[in-house]
Amino acid sequence: MATTGDSIFAGVRSYAAADRKITRIPLHYPYPKRWWIAFAVTGFFVLVWLVSVVWLFWRGVGVWGIQMPVPWGFAISNYVWWIGMGHAGTLISALFLLINQGWRNSINRFAEAMTVFAVLMAGMYPILHLGRPWLFYWLIPYPNTMTVWPQFKSPLEWDLFAVSTYLIVSVLFFYIGLIPDLASVRDRARRRWVKMIYGVLALGWRGSARHWKRWQVAYWICAGLAVPLVVSVHSGVSLLFAVGLEPGWHSTLFPAYFVLGAVFEGFAVVTLIAISLRTIFGLEVMVTDRHLDILGKLVLATGLMTAYGYLFDSFHAWYSGDPYERGTLMDRLFGGYAWSFWATILCNVVAIQLLWFESMRRRTWLLFTIAALVTFGMWAERFMLLVTGLYRDFLTSSWQSYWPSFWDWSLFAGTIGLFLFLFLLFVRLVPMISIFEVAEAMREERADG
Amino acid sequence: MAQIFPPVADTCVKLAGIAVAVLVVGGLMVAGGAVRSDWLTRVGVAPDQPVPFSHKHHAGELGIDCRYCHDDVERSASAGFPPTKTCMTCHSQLWTNAEALAPVRSSFTTGEPLAWNRVHDLPDYVYFNHSIHVAHGVGCVECHGRIDRMNRVAKVHALYMSWCLDCHRDPAPHLRPPERVFDLDWQPPADARALGSELVARFGIEPANLDSCYVCHR
Repeated sequence: MATTGDSIFAGVRSYAAADRKITRIPLHYPYPKRWWIAFAVTGFFVLVWLVSVVWLFWRGVGVWGIQMPVPWGFAISNYVWWIGMGHAGTLISALFLLINQGWRNSINRFAEAMTVFAVLMAGMYPILHLGRPWLFYWLIPYPNTMTVWPQFKSPLEWDLFAVSTYLIVSVLFFYIGLIPDLASVRDRARRRWVKMIYGVLALGWRGSARHWKRWQVAYWICAGLAVPLVVSVHSGVSLLFAVGLEPGWHSTLFPAYFVLGAVFEGFAVVTLIAISLRTIFGLEVMVTDRHLDILGKLVLATGLMTAYGYLFDSFHAWYSGDPYERGTLMDRLFGGYAWSFWATILCNVVAIQLLWFESMRRRTWLLFTIAALVTFGMWAERFMLLVTGLYRDFLTSSWQSYWPSFWDWSLFAGTIGLFLFLFLLFVRLVPMISIFEVAEAMREERADG
Repeated sequence: MAQIFPPVADTCVKLAGIAVAVLVVGGLMVAGGAVRSDWLTRVGVAPDQPVPFSHKHHAGELGIDCRYCHDDVERSASAGFPPTKTCMTCHSQLWTNAEALAPVRSSFTTGEPLAWNRVHDLPDYVYFNHSIHVAHGVGCVECHGRIDRMNRVAKVHALYMSWCLDCHRDPAPHLRPPERVFDLDWQPPADARALGSELVARFGIEPANLDSCYVCHR
């Protein structure tokens, strides 16, 4: 523990203790009743999601509120929001692994799960948004009978590669990290079929020195692949906007602005999840106050960088002298969607200022509230950036407002439900905190102290 | 601790891995082959028709010009499907009691057109115009094959977009003098490309613009 002064894992006495506490959750789930209630509620939203998708396939994208000149709507702004959420998970798991931040070891597992599920939700949106979603494979360059290739000059095409690569690397990273813990669960399981399932998933892990050596190489390679992907994936997302002709999407800061916003949002969601899990499962000894303190600082730091983005994006619009850019800026501040701009500023810039103070960061409920505000604020920001760029473009005759329809909302609620549903399964079925990594961090802490 | 799996489990996992790889690669190859197969594209498969009309007899043996029946081919997008009247120009005099022609006679008396089954069916999102092709030296035989040798008409090409584009991107070797467009027997000279290039220049064809999306998808 090079960077953190005081002890993080003072409360846990040994590896065995940590192991017991965490492996207990999938094997002897402590709160079955609560879990089933949550499962039923999210299960209902999974149905909502299913109905929304079937209805969309049946009737086409006209069931949404999209029209010209706002053909993107919720499908794309929610896509940006979901994929951004995943990035913080990758940074916590991969970047902090590479730079030896041992404290990350008790929050990386669920951050990774969050990444995988968020990327799944994100990846679904652009496909649903295609007029004929069943032809989505036309985006893939393959030898076809049309002798046409996808448009490689288009960020939409880059997006396909970016998101699918990111999903594959995230899943691999998540799974590789999970293998030693799956073996732990296997060894503690009593029933034979449970042993067999976890046994197959653990790929014959015995924990020999050679296993650990190979595992570490694989894990670090995946981490090394994942970190640059965060930057490239979300820069690509920003280029979806920047390459378009619409006013309001052209400040040179766009890629960095988008990446930072995404990471900011992701840290907020990790904070929400960390506080929820630790409160529900009584994991205060592993997800400690110190963790929440660090998460608070991370939210503040990335939030300030994002605020710089708001400032510079607005400055750019003014400094360009271009009447359309300035028009869009004024429209953002005072136009029909001004609520989304001011909600963004209030949640993402004003609210986080409280996090300067340690006493505030240590108040769990306050941190939770601020993280929830940021999560909403980033959603409002994506909506604001997208809609204000589109709904008033260069031709006054084509100006038209965009309002999401019932099916826009139901699909959005459905994806949130599906995300939570998958997360509940994750909490129930696999060790949600990395047992061996916590133990490793504890050992190092002891050696240092 | 007792072992969960017997030693053979390792082999099972490896075999399962190989099986998945074979299934994926094999599945893609089968799918790729299927979309190119005659079974799916119906190349060489003649659909049933209400009347056993033989192009081999009419166009080949009797030498009736394509345009006698498909009379719009030089003027419109569609080649034109002959009304029953066109059949009756001859068959009011010839084979007037033939069993095979009963549907033609009944169509003529009732005014209900014959319901022929389409052989060359392009997707609705493709804009195809016969007249421009005919006017710029694309022979009937280029796409439809030796109709004059078919008893019942079947496709000879799958009508893939790649097939359209092959010609749109390099039309020269596929062109013929305008007076030979309806001549199914015509053979290009030894240097087809030289003649083709000359025709490209004469017709003002611009291959560079011919593979734009909007040429066929409007």
